[in-house]
Amino acid sequence: MINKASKVLLEVKNLKAEVGGVEILKGVDLTVRAGEVHAIMGINGSGKSTFSKVLAGHPDYTVTGGQASFEGQDLFSLEPEQRARAGIFLAFQYPVEIPGVSNSALLRLAYNTLQTERGLEELDPLEFDDLIQEKIKVVEMDPSFLGRSVNEGFSGGEKKRNEILQMAVLAPKLAILDETDSGLDIDALRIVAKGVNSLLSSDNAVVMVTHYQRLLNYIVPDYVHVMDGGRIVRTGGKELALELEARGYDWLRAAA
Amino acid sequence: MNLTQKNLTREQCFEQLLLGKTVKSTGWLENIRVEALAHARILNFPSVRHDDWRFTDLSQLYLHGFQPVDSFARLTLDDIRQWLIPGAIRLVFVDGCYAAELSDLKHAGAGVVVTSLAERLGDRQVESSFGRYAPYKQDAFVALNTNFFEDGSWVHVTGEVARPIQLLHVASKREVSSAIYSRNMVVVEPFSRATVIEDYVGLEGGTYFTNAVTEVVLKNDAQLQHIRVQREDKDAFHIGHCTVEAGKNSVYAATSLAFGARVSRHALHIVQQGEGAEMHLNGLALVAGRQIADTHTQVDHAAPRGKSIQLHKCIADSSAHAIFSGKIIVHTGAAGTDSVQSSRNLLLSDKARIDTQPQLEIFNDDVSCKHGATIGQIDAGALFFLKSRGLTEERARNLLTHAFAAEIIDKIPVPALVESLSKTILERMGGLST
Ligand SMILES: Nc1ncnc2c1ncn2[C@@H]1O[C@H](COP(=O)(O)OP(=O)(O)OP(=O)(O)O)[C@@H](O)[C@H]1O
Ligand SMILES: [Mg+2]
Repeated sequence: MINKASKVLLEVKNLKAEVGGVEILKGVDLTVRAGEVHAIMGINGSGKSTFSKVLAGHPDYTVTGGQASFEGQDLFSLEPEQRARAGIFLAFQYPVEIPGVSNSALLRLAYNTLQTERGLEELDPLEFDDLIQEKIKVVEMDPSFLGRSVNEGFSGGEKKRNEILQMAVLAPKLAILDETDSGLDIDALRIVAKGVNSLLSSDNAVVMVTHYQRLLNYIVPDYVHVMDGGRIVRTGGKELALELEARGYDWLRAAA
Repeated sequence: MNLTQKNLTREQCFEQLLLGKTVKSTGWLENIRVEALAHARILNFPSVRHDDWRFTDLSQLYLHGFQPVDSFARLTLDDIRQWLIPGAIRLVFVDGCYAAELSDLKHAGAGVVVTSLAERLGDRQVESSFGRYAPYKQDAFVALNTNFFEDGSWVHVTGEVARPIQLLHVASKREVSSAIYSRNMVVVEPFSRATVIEDYVGLEGGTYFTNAVTEVVLKNDAQLQHIRVQREDKDAFHIGHCTVEAGKNSVYAATSLAFGARVSRHALHIVQQGEGAEMHLNGLALVAGRQIADTHTQVDHAAPRGKSIQLHKCIADSSAHAIFSGKIIVHTGAAGTDSVQSSRNLLLSDKARIDTQPQLEIFNDDVSCKHGATIGQIDAGALFFLKSRGLTEERARNLLTHAFAAEIIDKIPVPALVESLSKTILERMGGLST
């Protein structure tokens, strides 16, 4: 929901970043206010994941120019874990498997870390179990997944659901969902979308990277951005996604 | 000559060990002791040129003049409570001496005899098995142990024993560096089954040298879960040797863990004497600071259709050094042997070092033997993922390290021990990266 009076969460100006000496982001601008839903679309390799990871603080990428602030704080002065504690959450395009660390142990550790940061009580395993039983309903996940190692042996779709479970537990202010819809079957897409919608409020915001208009039927964006060659080249409303669906990206590139 | 000072030479250190307290015994054991001492003198410390010792730097050990333990340190249950396994049948030794008042044998009912070895020397069973397996004529440390050990454990399994049997070897806190000899003998009769935990611990403070020797005999169709935990105090030295003879269709499942000591070494030698014997060997060494931990295993497939599955892991941080050498020998008659060995290693710092040496010697065609070794670092992708969920770098690294170790620890079929070991690991890791 657009409300120009609401608080700016993320403000990115002319962001440039490189990996291995190659410039990938060539001046990205983006402003996200509380309550908003943004979608970022664009061809493969245009820099969407890079942008997401740079915001989360991935060490492979070097910021070479521009600024980014989160609730007024310079994002690049913060370590990845500090960004997470400040309320940024990245759902990975390719979630990693962590053998030997159970899903529930990770969730509790992460949750308690944030509780401490917010000056709230940590939950012991029993108390946490109550919370987690609530949260898995959001993504309609079988409780047996809690006892399994993080993402180990999970199907592609199960991994994506697991990312949203983490989002549900950590309740971020800004969630960046990098192709969370890719690899989901039709039912799972609906469940995940419903889950994300239930987490949205006027105090938080979501940035979804996606290739498909279908997701946007479920989670309706306030803004649709098109990324190309490491820049956001076009911003519109939800109808832009429909147009892209119908016409592809070439017309935009020709116009640029 | 009685050298109590530090900075001895290698020769002086050995001389000092030979001056250990002579333990009075009679008859068959006295003969073995005398023979062992003679061999110890000839063998002396192993040379680094010896293939089995070339990675193991014992120079720190040689600096000390280890004194024999001459007085019995009185400990209370409170002193050792952190290591006790609830519900276990327990023998406790303090500095190599049997501590009856700390032991708990009330659950040792039908199907098992668990006692001090010294109390059982008149037992035919003891006489016929003791010293038959440990190589006291080839290995100086085993020879020293055989001559100087004062007491040890005798575990004779004749039925199905559900409760774990804990053999807890405690080093007390001492003013002088002491030489401690630990000895264990485990015999499992046909169709019998037990879980034995050898546990080496030390109270904080002081230097000591634990020399431990264990002999295990699995008769036909016997089964043993054998867990060995080396969590000595930080300035300790630990050298252990275990020989296992496995009979027909026996199942031997071992987990050996090395967490403690400044310098430690454990050699495990298994001979599959009977056909169709099966073994599962898991191992983990976790070292930091300037620790050295060496694990040597040798499996002799000497009979047909034997099976061995081995996974050894080393984790080394700071300037620590971990060594794994795993030899699998398939002898001429051992047709149909099935053997898998894997060595997986985690280096946590640039200055740490891991040497891994899988060795296969096959004198037979009809076998399936696979082995592999990997050395890696903490996965950068996993680390970033955990940080992106709010965990600090340190927390994330510890979690991943713990997870790597957990694959070994979690397989131990004694939940209370798993829990206590997890704690030990986390404590050790608290000291890592500093
Ligand atoms: N670590 C890296 N090393 C080398 N090149 C990289 C790295 N990360 C990204 N790139 C390159 O940067 C460009 C942008 O990649 P990015 O993953 O951001 O694209 P994307 O828009 O997310 O694509 P997709 O839609 O396929 O997910 C690509 O050309 C990619 O090869
Ligand atoms: Mg991408």
